[in-house]
Formats: sequence, C-alpha cells, structure tokens
Amino acid sequence: MNKIIITVVGKDTVGIIAKVCTYLADNGINILDISQTIVSGYFNMMMIVDMAGSQVDFMDMSDSLESLGESIGVVIKCQREEIFDSMHRL
Amino acid sequence: MIGINEVSETNEMIEKENLDVRTITMGISLLDCISSDLDTLNKNIYEKIYGSAKDLVQTGEDIAKEFGIPIVNKRISVTPIALIGAAACKTSDDFVTIAKTLDKVAKAVGINFLGGYSALVSKGMTTADRLLIESIPKALAETDVVCSSVNVGSTKTGINMDAVRLLGDVIVKTAEATKDNDSAGCTKLVVFCNAPDDNPFMAGAFHGVTEADRIINVGVSGPGVVKTALEKVRGENFEILCETIKKTAFKVTRVGQLVAKEASERLGVPFGIVDLSLAPTPAIGDSVADILHEIGVEHAGAPGTTAALALLNDQVKKGGAMASSYVGGLSGAFIPVSEDQGMINAVNAGALTLEKLEAMTCVCSVGLDMIAIPGDTKNTTIAGIIADEMAIGMINQKTTAVRLIPVIGKKAGDTVDFGGLLGFGPIMSVNKFSCDEFVNRGGRIPAPIHSFKN
Repeated sequence: MNKIIITVVGKDTVGIIAKVCTYLADNGINILDISQTIVSGYFNMMMIVDMAGSQVDFMDMSDSLESLGESIGVVIKCQREEIFDSMHRL
Repeated sequence: MIGINEVSETNEMIEKENLDVRTITMGISLLDCISSDLDTLNKNIYEKIYGSAKDLVQTGEDIAKEFGIPIVNKRISVTPIALIGAAACKTSDDFVTIAKTLDKVAKAVGINFLGGYSALVSKGMTTADRLLIESIPKALAETDVVCSSVNVGSTKTGINMDAVRLLGDVIVKTAEATKDNDSAGCTKLVVFCNAPDDNPFMAGAFHGVTEADRIINVGVSGPGVVKTALEKVRGENFEILCETIKKTAFKVTRVGQLVAKEASERLGVPFGIVDLSLAPTPAIGDSVADILHEIGVEHAGAPGTTAALALLNDQVKKGGAMASSYVGGLSGAFIPVSEDQGMINAVNAGALTLEKLEAMTCVCSVGLDMIAIPGDTKNTTIAGIIADEMAIGMINQKTTAVRLIPVIGKKAGDTVDFGGLLGFGPIMSVNKFSCDEFVNRGGRIPAPIHSFKN
C-alpha cells in the first residue's frame, strides 16, 4: 500500500471529480476514499488513493495533476499520507 | 483514516501560516581529512564533503515535493576547522584557503550555508585556534556561504576572556572587511557559550567531535502556526494558553521528525536530532515577537515579555520533546532582531532595547542574535556585551550566543538591509559607558561553583 492524499481546492465547476478520476483510472491508481465540501462557492475535495498498481511514479502523477488543475482553474496537490499521519496520529 | 479536516489543517499551516522545515543540515566529520600538507588537506576536504553531500539538495527537494512541505535550506556543518587545519596551517592565510575550499564545495553541491569555520576555545587557545580566529575577517569577506563560530565559554570551564577580547577585535575587523556590503560578514559569525555539537542552525552550526562520521539534523520552524493557534484562545487563562502552544509545537515537530527520518533513510546517513527551535523569518506572520504580542504584551520588550517568552520556550520544548525520538541542538525560541518583523517593529516603537533583549536571552535559546549596532562601537564594548551574554550562559548552564553587526558608517536609528532570510532592521543604540579596564584584564573567568558535580 502506497497511500497518497490528493487535495483539490478552487472555484466549483462541472466535472472536476470526473476529470481527476479519469486521470487516476487511466493510470491504474485506485481510489480508497473521497470526501468533499463546498464552502462559500469553493470546492474542497480530498481523495486517498493507493499507488501500488500505478503505471506512473509519484512525481509524474503530481506534475500531471497539477497541470490538469491549472487547466480547469483549481489547485491540485499530491502529498504522501505520512505527513498527515505524523501530525495527527500518535 | 485521515479526514478532510485534518488534511485542511495541515495544509493551512503550510500555505497560510508559513509552516516549513527550516533546514536539513548534514553534519560531516573532517577528522579523516587531516594532513600536514595544506594542498592535500584542501583536496581531502573537498572530496569528503562532495562525496558525502552531493545528493543532499536533490533529496531535500524530493522530500519537499512528496510531502508538500517546503524545506527552506539545505546546509552542511563540519568539524571545527581549527582542529582540522592545525597540522597544516602555519598562518592565518593558510586557514583562509580552507575557507575558500569550503565555499567552493558548498556551491558545487548547491547548499545554502556551510558552518564549522570554528574554534572551541572555552578554556584556552592553541596556536591554530588563534590563527583561525584571526583569519575570520578575511575568510568571511572572501567567501559567500561559509559561516563561522567560536565557543569562548562553558559552564564546565568558565569564560576565556582573552578570546572574548580577541573576538571584539575580530567582529570589528569583519565589519570593516565587508563595509561595502553593510558589514554583512558579521551576520556569518557567532560567539558561543556552551555551544551544542549538533546545532543545525546557522551561523553557529558545526559538527562536534563527539558526533558520528556523518549525521542528519533537522531544524523546524513555525512561529506563524503557534501565533494562529493562539488567536483562537484569546482571553483564556495560562493553562489553556500553555496547552495550546504545547499541542501546536507537537504537530510542528512531528513534521520535522518525519522529514529527518526520511532524509536519513534516503541519504544512508544516521538521523541525529530534531532541533525544536521556533525560528522566525522576516516574512509577515512568521514572527516570535508576534506570538509574544498574542500572549498579551503590546510590543516585545514591554513588561511581561520575559515571562511570556519563558513560558513560550518551555511549552515548545514540552510539546516538541514527545514528538521526536531525539531532540537536540538549540531547541527553544529564537529572538533575532533583523530576522523578525515583530522585533523590528518593537525596536522602532521604542519598546525593545539591547538590555531588554539581554534579559530575554536568560529564558530562551541562543542570545543576542542579528542585532545591528552603530559602526563606531568600540571593540571593548562589543567584547563587554559578549562577556555579559557568555556569563548568562555559563551560570545558567545553557547555550548563549552573540551575533552583533557593527555596521560601518551607520549610527543608531539608521536602517540596514541584509537581504533574504537575514532580513533588515534598525541600528540599535549601545550603552556608551566604558568597560575597557574590565575587558583588558586578560586571562579567564573561573568555572562557577555549580559546575563541580563530580
């Protein structure tokens, strides 16, 4: 298991989740969990994905999703899960 | 499983509150480079450092990207050069060649700073120690990223007042040698009492002789995170205040521990320590003085400031100690003036003086740090200020340090700008009364009675 947290933050628009999920599916990256909120028109999504079966490495995925985010006007960030585990779990 | 609120909290700390890992510092022992031939020594030093640290910067950048946390600096500390150069260096200029080698290899591996152009003279100076100290003005003027430190006292040995007096001269000469650049050479020179062997922060980092061949030390930061957390508990009592600081320090330090372990694994270099210091930067919102303000003093320097700083420092340690398997270095709150916008504001408002800063150094890590003073300050006055600060460290069994910048051609009230992380600030006025006769006595101040614990 190689868990990555993907966060998407930006102005809400049609198809954000679809586009991110399509990229993940095309590259063999499995989604474990999705949560999403909209706060004053701003879209805030978090995905936990498993890269164990991925056809791309972390850096490729991170760069591709960052560009994808730019193209649809949102900020997409990929981070390894450990930083959140370290900070919030004993 | 991690929830969206926890993810948002962490990312807000990073994006809005300036949470970062201030430095990954690789300590490298140069003891195996020693040669009595200067050219061979320089060649050995270059090869050892290059071979050890060539992947340091890339590794730091990879970790920063994967975890989404900025790692601001990648640095190297080396064994005090007075020890390494003792067999080969017959003159001060011989030592300067080593400084240039260090500068060259630091640039070749792409790091931000290299510390360890140092001498440990808390009880006495060898010929090599004296030559190195005398070479400091030229070494710092002719290099860009080399940092120097001299340990002139300790609780165990007392204070070497001959070295203190010499450092007064050296600081002024360094200021003069770099006067075209606002005497910025002095920003790379620290005088210590009880210097730690594993400090990752500059300019005082060196790799002590008690350390392994190579080691990874990490310094975290996070004044902005603490300040934001405290905004949510305004008006609450000290119990809640202290608990909030402790919890925040824990979270910040956990990130440092994670980065340190990861860097250690990837570089194949043992993990040394995490330094818990709250290190400010000139960026707005990344200020220790702002935390003191949030605790309840109008400006840093107002009555209550020393108590506020004491509790801040203690809670940071309590929270941080549980978050890391090995804590070391300086570990506390830094109170530099030019690197902290809130401190600069306090000086400009007339709230903060050199004397109050000295009092504050009794309860926090380091000491009189990054303080610009008038360029015409006497050598002996600088030595007197150093002696005062060293005495605080010696008696209280803690690290203290002095990094003063007498800015040639400027007077109290003028402003100086060192750029980047070093920041800018007002020239602070210095007590005009003389300490010549005190400083010129020569010799050393004996170790205090409570050092005899055997």
